[in-house]
Amino acid sequence: MARHLLSAADLTRDEVLEILRTAASMHDVQRREVKKLPALRGRTVINLFFEDSTRTRSSFEIAGKWMSADTINITGKGSSASKGESLRDTVLTITAMAVDALVIRHSASGACHQVAEWVDASVINAGDGTHEHPTQALLDAYTMTQRLGDLEGRRVVIVGDLTHSRVFRSNLLLLKTLGADVTVVAPPTLMPSGAGPWSRQDGFALEQDLDDALFGGPPPDVVMMLRVQRERMSGGYFPTAREYTVGYGLTRPRLDRLRAANDDVLVMHPGPMNRGLEISAEAADSLNSVILDQVSAGVAVRMAVLYHLLVGTDGGSIEEGSA
Amino acid sequence: MAPDREVPKGHPVDPTGRVVLGPDEIARALRRIAHEILESNRGAADLVLLGIPSRGVALAQRLAALIEEVEGTQVPVGSLDITLHRDDLHRHPTRAPMRTVIPESGVDDKVVVLVDDVLYSGRTVRAALDALSDLGRPRAVRLAVLVDRGHRELPIRADHVGKNLPTSHSEKVQVRLQAHDGIEDSVRIAPGESHVGGR
Repeated sequence: MARHLLSAADLTRDEVLEILRTAASMHDVQRREVKKLPALRGRTVINLFFEDSTRTRSSFEIAGKWMSADTINITGKGSSASKGESLRDTVLTITAMAVDALVIRHSASGACHQVAEWVDASVINAGDGTHEHPTQALLDAYTMTQRLGDLEGRRVVIVGDLTHSRVFRSNLLLLKTLGADVTVVAPPTLMPSGAGPWSRQDGFALEQDLDDALFGGPPPDVVMMLRVQRERMSGGYFPTAREYTVGYGLTRPRLDRLRAANDDVLVMHPGPMNRGLEISAEAADSLNSVILDQVSAGVAVRMAVLYHLLVGTDGGSIEEGSA
Repeated sequence: MAPDREVPKGHPVDPTGRVVLGPDEIARALRRIAHEILESNRGAADLVLLGIPSRGVALAQRLAALIEEVEGTQVPVGSLDITLHRDDLHRHPTRAPMRTVIPESGVDDKVVVLVDDVLYSGRTVRAALDALSDLGRPRAVRLAVLVDRGHRELPIRADHVGKNLPTSHSEKVQVRLQAHDGIEDSVRIAPGESHVGGR
């Protein structure tokens, strides 16, 4: 596996499956009384978060600690970045202290790719602007495979903000790698120009009407609602919140209709949820919802990612030998 | 208990290898080990068999079946993956760890018998003892192996041994089990460097 995890597209199908298998073992550890593995003893992992985060940052921190790495959190606020230090100087200062991995969240798309060119440490993208969030896609894939098994040919409908969502971009790339059949629904104002050619190139279906996407074809196996990102929306992308809910929210009537078609449909959301906006409380708390499973998978998947990036030598397969 | 990762079926056997144990000898050795375990434990009470993946698990299941034949008691069987506890983790390419499965009854205050196919440097067993201590506190831990090939690098010995097999470092010991590899049970010695504490 490569040294960095910058994009979900960096991973081959075999690598994804290997990470998901490792995550399953890590998930077992999470249920034990002693949640500690010695695999990353003596390694240092820095979480460098220039944007707000609860679940991603805490799950990376817990993942590192349970693998016995020393993990240190640095946030944009309260670091030298707020005194005007450049990103380059900040990461070079930190890596000068001999760290093994940098987990980075930044508001600029491509920030992690840029950092990866400056440093020797492994760089893990924990969300860069509106670009990618590969570990979120991995934990979503893990949650789906735990319930559905192989994702080949499974129908996944992703609903929401196509323009700003990094979760969407990483999920799309990873789901295509795993052979899922992806339909994307977004209001026209949240669909970037060039979405048409993009969908043809990457092989996903594009819809502007949620009901057509959900009920027009075979019933979906997974419905993933994306968060309406108010912090990235300065303009008027839709007239009122109410209008968004009516057109693109997973409301109670839609959930009932979905369940009538497929009782086992999985409802997913990367969090944090805007209850009553993109997802109703009934949908979020229904038996079909795996939203808390996604959070729980977050730690196991990040342990698996740290393991594969930081342990072992590069390349080659393992020779079967004596025991 | 089904293996959770695709174990390549029918690992090729080295044609230059010579067979040192055939299916009948392996069956007899396992039967003797089952009796020894029962004898030293004075019955099957509180026994837990933990196989070290992957062939140790197949052996543990066979030992449990043999013990049940003799005592009429079902002994809980589990698997104990040691990948993350290895001391040479940073010297090999990574591989996904295999599942650790601990029986419902747990390991606290039990007599745990670790089961593996080949005992060599002892480093695998050292890792298994570490992994086990994270899972609970057994009353006692014993070690049963099909083959002891010598060359220990740590102060570790087996309680129950199917066959002592003097070898040199420049030889490989290959164990093949019907339940795991889909080919006839055998233990072979073939020329070729073995990985100490290998995989």
